[in-house]
Formats: sequence, C-alpha cells, structure tokens
Amino acid sequence: MSKLSIRDVELRFERRGRPPLLALDRISLDVADKEFAVIVGPSGCGKSSLLYLVAGLNRPSGGIMLLDGKPIDEPDRDRGMVFQSYTLFPWLTVRDNIAFGLKIQGKGAADQQAIVDRYLAEVGLESFADAYPKQLSGGMMQRVALARAMANDPQILLMDEPFGALDSQTRVMMQQLLLHVWEHEHKTVLFVTHDIDEALLLGDRLYVMTARPGRIKERLHVTLPRPRPVEMTMSPEFLALKQRVLGLLQEEVTKSIGLGRAEAG
Amino acid sequence: MTDGGAPAEPAPAEEATKTGATAWRRFARDYLSPKAEIPTQAALLAGFLFGGFILLLWCGITYGGLVPPNFLPAPHKVLLAGIQFTQQGRLPRDIWASARVVLLGFAISSIIAVPLGILMGGFRIVQAALEPTINFIRYLPVTSMIPLLILWVGIGIEQKVSVILIGTFFQQVVMIADVARQVPRDLINVSYTLGARRGLVVTRVLLPATLPGVVDALRVTMGWAWTYLVVAELVAANSGLGYLSLQAMRGFRVDVIFLAIFIIGFLGMAMDFLFRAIRRWGLPWAE
Repeated sequence: MSKLSIRDVELRFERRGRPPLLALDRISLDVADKEFAVIVGPSGCGKSSLLYLVAGLNRPSGGIMLLDGKPIDEPDRDRGMVFQSYTLFPWLTVRDNIAFGLKIQGKGAADQQAIVDRYLAEVGLESFADAYPKQLSGGMMQRVALARAMANDPQILLMDEPFGALDSQTRVMMQQLLLHVWEHEHKTVLFVTHDIDEALLLGDRLYVMTARPGRIKERLHVTLPRPRPVEMTMSPEFLALKQRVLGLLQEEVTKSIGLGRAEAG
Repeated sequence: MTDGGAPAEPAPAEEATKTGATAWRRFARDYLSPKAEIPTQAALLAGFLFGGFILLLWCGITYGGLVPPNFLPAPHKVLLAGIQFTQQGRLPRDIWASARVVLLGFAISSIIAVPLGILMGGFRIVQAALEPTINFIRYLPVTSMIPLLILWVGIGIEQKVSVILIGTFFQQVVMIADVARQVPRDLINVSYTLGARRGLVVTRVLLPATLPGVVDALRVTMGWAWTYLVVAELVAANSGLGYLSLQAMRGFRVDVIFLAIFIIGFLGMAMDFLFRAIRRWGLPWAE
C-alpha cells in the first residue's frame, strides 16, 4: 500500500466577476513508503500549492488525499514540512527550534535532549546548538529547519523548494547533506523543485507538471544508483534523463511565459 | 571601514595643497557617501558637536544681548531656576505628578492595547469587527474630548490619565495590529505542521513573534503620551510640569518655562533609552 495517495485532486480559486481559476487539474499520484518523490514543474504551475494541500494548510476543491489510508484534513505533525522561506522561530535557539515539536508532544527532557542531539549531529550543527537564528547563514537555517522537521518523526516529509533561496554552491552541499540524512533515516519524502538537476539527483520517482492549470504530464522512474555524488550529474545516464525532462519542461515553460495563452487565466 | 573604490594615495613628495585635496577626498568618500557606515566615535562626536553648536548659539544670543532676557533666558538662569525649584521641593513634586499620570495612562492603555492589537492583527474577524470604530475614534483629536472628560471625570488625575489613555490607546492598537499582521504566514504554517494547535500557535508563536515590534510601538507611543500630558495639564491641573510652565508664563518666568521644557525633553530621552535597553537586553534574539 502506498504511504501517500492523491486522487483527482483539484484546486480552484474563486474570482469575483470572472470564471474561477483552475490551479490544479485532477492530480493523481502515489508515494510509496520510504520513497523519495520529486515534483518538478515550471514556476506558477501549482506544485507548491499541491504540497500545501498535502500538509493540510489549504483545502482542495475536489479529490481525495490519503496518508496511510486516512483522509488528510487538518495539518498535523505526521506531515512535517520544510519551506522555501526561512521559518525558524527567531526567539528560540537552534536547540529549542529543533525541540519545538517535541515539547508540544510533551516528550520528557531527557528524550528531547537525545533526539535534538542526534539531529544536530545529523545536520552537522552541534557547535551552533545555542545560537539564535539571526547568527546563522541561509544554508544553516535550512539545515536547522530540516532537523526540526525530522526530529518530530513525521510519516512523510514535505519539502517546498527548500534550497531555492540559497546560492548554487550551498545548494549542492545541501543536496548532498539531504541525501546523506535520507539514506540514514529513510523517510518518505515529497519534494518540490523547478531545478531538474536537483530533481534527478534526489528522487526515486519524478513527476513532471504542466504549466497552469497544473497536471501531471509525465511520471519517471529515476533508476540512477545510490549513493549519488555530485559528479553523477555529469554521467551519460544522468544527462540522458536530464535531456528528456528538459524537453518536457521546455514546452511548459514556453506556454507559461505567454506564448500559448489558450487556457491561462 | 572598507574602502572599496578608494583612489590611490599620491606619493609623499607631492605638494601640500595636493595632500589637502586628498584628505578632503578621503573625508568625502568615508563620511559623505550616501548610506555609508561611520565609526561609532565619529557618530558620537557629530552628536556632541551639533548639541554644542546649539548651546553655543544660545549663549551667543543671550550673553551677547541680542534678545531681551524676558524673551529668551540665559543658560545659567535656567540652571539656577532648576536648582532653586529643586531646593524648594517643587520640581521633584511636579516631575512625580507628571510622571505618575503618564505612566498610569500609558500602562492602562498598553495593558489593553497590546493583546487587543495582536488579536486584531492575527484574526481577520477581530480586525473586521473593530477596525471601522477604531479608525473613527483614532482621527478625533484628543483635545476635542477634553470638555467631555472634564464633565465626566472632573479635573483631577482621572481627567489627565483619561486624556493620555485616549490619546495613546487607539494609536497603539493600530500599530500593534500592524506588527501582528506582518508576522510571516509560513511561521504560523510551520507551527501547524510541527503539531501545534490554534491556541498554541497564538501563545507560542504569534505572541513572541510580535514582541520586538510591540516594544518599538510602545517606545514611539510613549513619546505621544508625554505630549498629551502637557495638553491635559495646560487645561486643568494644580501640579505637574505643564502646570509649572503655565504658572511661569503668568509670572513672566521664561527661565522656568525653559526649565519645564528641558525636564520634559530629558525625561522623554530617558524613556526612549529605557525602551531601547529593554529591546537590546530583553530580546537579544531580535534583529
């Protein structure tokens, strides 16, 4: 049975005096247990909106979403999320940020400490445990955000372009760190990005979305072996896959920048 | 200091005028570039120099006999008046009378305005309900309420506290609602995905996230509270700094008027300093 299953999910925005805007059109996908699924699509295609729906932060206009067979309603800690914007609590130290969810659960102090220490080590920030977020770089903040989401032991980890705001070197480093952590923890992940290299390097399965209204245009199985070092992005297998995805996306990007305005709102 | 595009210095053998020009160029580059940072010492020096310049100007005008002493008093006259009134016990009494009114009015206002503002900024429904009324009252000058307040609560401390309360409360609510509205949406969202329920999101996230902005809003409105104090005291009072000033006018004591102005200014500065210190030491995590 799949961990997360999404069936015919639609998202429509009502607009005054105009027909409603269709953002997501009958999206169906399944994420298997311990799978790393990636959604890639042109900007504005609704891929982030889809993630917000899975998180329960927004409600779909139609369709069904099940996590472990149970319908998704409100946001809860079984679906942890890492956002593109920096979302650390500025008034909490790195340690207390990571412990935020554990405190809410009412975990004992010793348990909290052990879990926080484990994930601090996992993201390599032991020496920053008592720093405030304002003292951290962008990459470090996203590492803490990842540790915070993982410490809560969610059933699925939702990641909304978490490295989108970082410079390219930091981004590559973060991808490797995420792969490393994922190989340790083996969480189910649903990851959204517009970066093809990132999508292919990280994912087991790739969903390519169309420009608005967002539909699943293509499903790909990424069979590249793991572990996947950065150098893999230059291998012929990788490049062949990249070319294929690039071709798929190119059509959509051309559409989304206004060359085909047939359906655009 | 960085010196990104600094021109190379000329060889020491060049003429004196040339080095003068270079020094000026360097000064212009370090201190007269838009938005460039300057060293702390230079900033302090600039502040003292300007203050000193004003003081010097004041000395020049008064000791030079350019204006009659009952128009603008000499600095030492103001100082003497301060000593005299302190020895008589009048000045401490008036300061306390004013400070009590301001602090009382400001405290009552803040205790209600801070939570209400956060609710208004955090919940669209609260905003929708309160905003029209608050905006209506906010634009009424407090002075227009004074006759009504005198009828309702008399001319005692209640009247002055009410003036400050009305003057600051509505401004505070609007400013603090703005602060709460600017808390990033994803900060709330991430709390939900970490398992927080609505109540916890308000107390553990919305509330602390607004703290720096709240302290800033309180600092600014404290300044307005002092302004309204003098308004209230000029209308009806038998003690306080505004009253001291009003009495001095009747006795043609310009020096005492200036004394009252200086005291109000210094107290305001002290309050401002206090709020900045709270911000720095109480909220070390804030930007």
